[in-house]
Amino acid sequence: MVSDFFHMGGYAFYVWTSYALATVFMLFSWIQPRLRERRLLRDIARRLKRGER
Amino acid sequence: MSIIPNWLHRLSSPKNFYRFAGIASNWCGWIALVLIIAGLYYGLVDSPPDYQQGDSARIMYVHVPAAWMSMFVYVVMASSAAVGMIWRIKASSAFANASAPVGAMFTALALLTGMLWGKPMWGTYWVWDARLTSELILLFLYLGYMALNSAIEDRETAARATAILALVGVVNIPIIHYSVEWWNTLHQGATVTKLDKPSIHISMLIPLLLMAFAFKFYYLSNVFRRARCELLEREQGKLWVRELVGGERGE
Amino acid sequence: MSEAKLGVAFFTLLRRDLMLAYRHRAQMMNPLLFFVIVVSLFPLGLDPEPELLHTIAPGVIWVAALLAAMLSLDTMFRSDFEDGSLEQLLLTPHPLPLLVLAKILAHWLVSGLPLLLLAPLLGMLLNLGSEGLFPLLATLLLGTPILSLIGSIGVALTVGLRGGGVLLSLLILPLFIPVLIFAAAAVGNAEAGIDITGQLAFLGSLLAAAFALAPLATAAALRISLN
Repeated sequence: MVSDFFHMGGYAFYVWTSYALATVFMLFSWIQPRLRERRLLRDIARRLKRGER
Repeated sequence: MSIIPNWLHRLSSPKNFYRFAGIASNWCGWIALVLIIAGLYYGLVDSPPDYQQGDSARIMYVHVPAAWMSMFVYVVMASSAAVGMIWRIKASSAFANASAPVGAMFTALALLTGMLWGKPMWGTYWVWDARLTSELILLFLYLGYMALNSAIEDRETAARATAILALVGVVNIPIIHYSVEWWNTLHQGATVTKLDKPSIHISMLIPLLLMAFAFKFYYLSNVFRRARCELLEREQGKLWVRELVGGERGE
Repeated sequence: MSEAKLGVAFFTLLRRDLMLAYRHRAQMMNPLLFFVIVVSLFPLGLDPEPELLHTIAPGVIWVAALLAAMLSLDTMFRSDFEDGSLEQLLLTPHPLPLLVLAKILAHWLVSGLPLLLLAPLLGMLLNLGSEGLFPLLATLLLGTPILSLIGSIGVALTVGLRGGGVLLSLLILPLFIPVLIFAAAAVGNAEAGIDITGQLAFLGSLLAAAFALAPLATAAALRISLN
């Protein structure tokens, strides 16, 4: 039953690669702006500190 | 200016939009997650295999929504770029610029899953089928937009230049699409467009629509996040950014 | 009175650009030479078998025409940008789209029209039949102005950018695809004895649309790039 599910009627490679690609792409695209925003805020804060001194 | 309602006008200020985008991003993200889980369950477990294509038809639940998104995002991108350029609304052009990478991602995903679906159906990964070819050209358009955006140093100029490009693109997309369709019928080989019109059953329609909405909310969540970055980058010296950063440091 | 002035401005600019091109005629020849060389590479890279060449001729000639157009487009606003006359152009009281149209027309006369003269020669090299020759000229006559018109938008967006030439081709080549598809198919169909008025009409309407819209977009893009 479970192995049937993973077997996907013989199309396992195509189906699972598709879903894996979708997962990887969407996760990457999800994380990227979060990291960028954090880095930006840190950079701006650092520049601000330097400017205030 | 009276065309724009007051609340929208207030929202469109970079500071307010930044806050709004953060909240909206989180909400859309949760909605997308729920929809994706439901879509995956109905798509991979609950729905029966297609009577012609077997389980390979399950690729449809990522391929078709991604292909829909690739077109949808371009139109949204062009419209918000136009609004941003005409009324000089920074939030709107930030939204447009933020849309491009997400749209390109969906286009690439549609292409790759289309190829993976094509292999069991056609026997080869790539066929110059009308839909795949259109997607490929759309990917070129997205990449061109992003290349122009990164080539121009000044963010204001970049926003306005890319707006023009997006508008030119949106005028051209129907023409390109029509040309490719026509070209495809002209050179129709042995390949049958099996990807089209799979007389869709309700049990397949449910996961398809779930995934389509999930992708829409994912896009919104993602693009709001990116728009925040765009705004931060453009408005670095502005008071609201300094207050924001200073406030966060103080806490 | 003002209409007459407009006409004067248009033709003055057109004549100036043609004069400039004439003075740099050696430079203007380069894209044409490129066109010929690219086309002659195909038999060498593929197979000089007449049947094959006959089949690929329309597509090869049209792809080479697109590439040659890309090369020549790069120079459309460049020298004007470098010597500052482009900024002067933006400051004149005349409507910018009209002046842009004069520049596009000059560009087409210098780089598009000569392709028409070379095409029969290349058709011969690629074993294109006599039935295909007239349609090839017709599609070039309708298609190359579209390349100049759409291309001008891209040039205006990338003028003054470093590495603008490569960027230009990324932006513009995908937009040329409809022209390529319909023009090459028209020539191929004509060779097969199929009626091609539909394709020519489509190219004609593309030309009309590009003629109406492209100068506006180019003018807007120039104002953005130079601000």
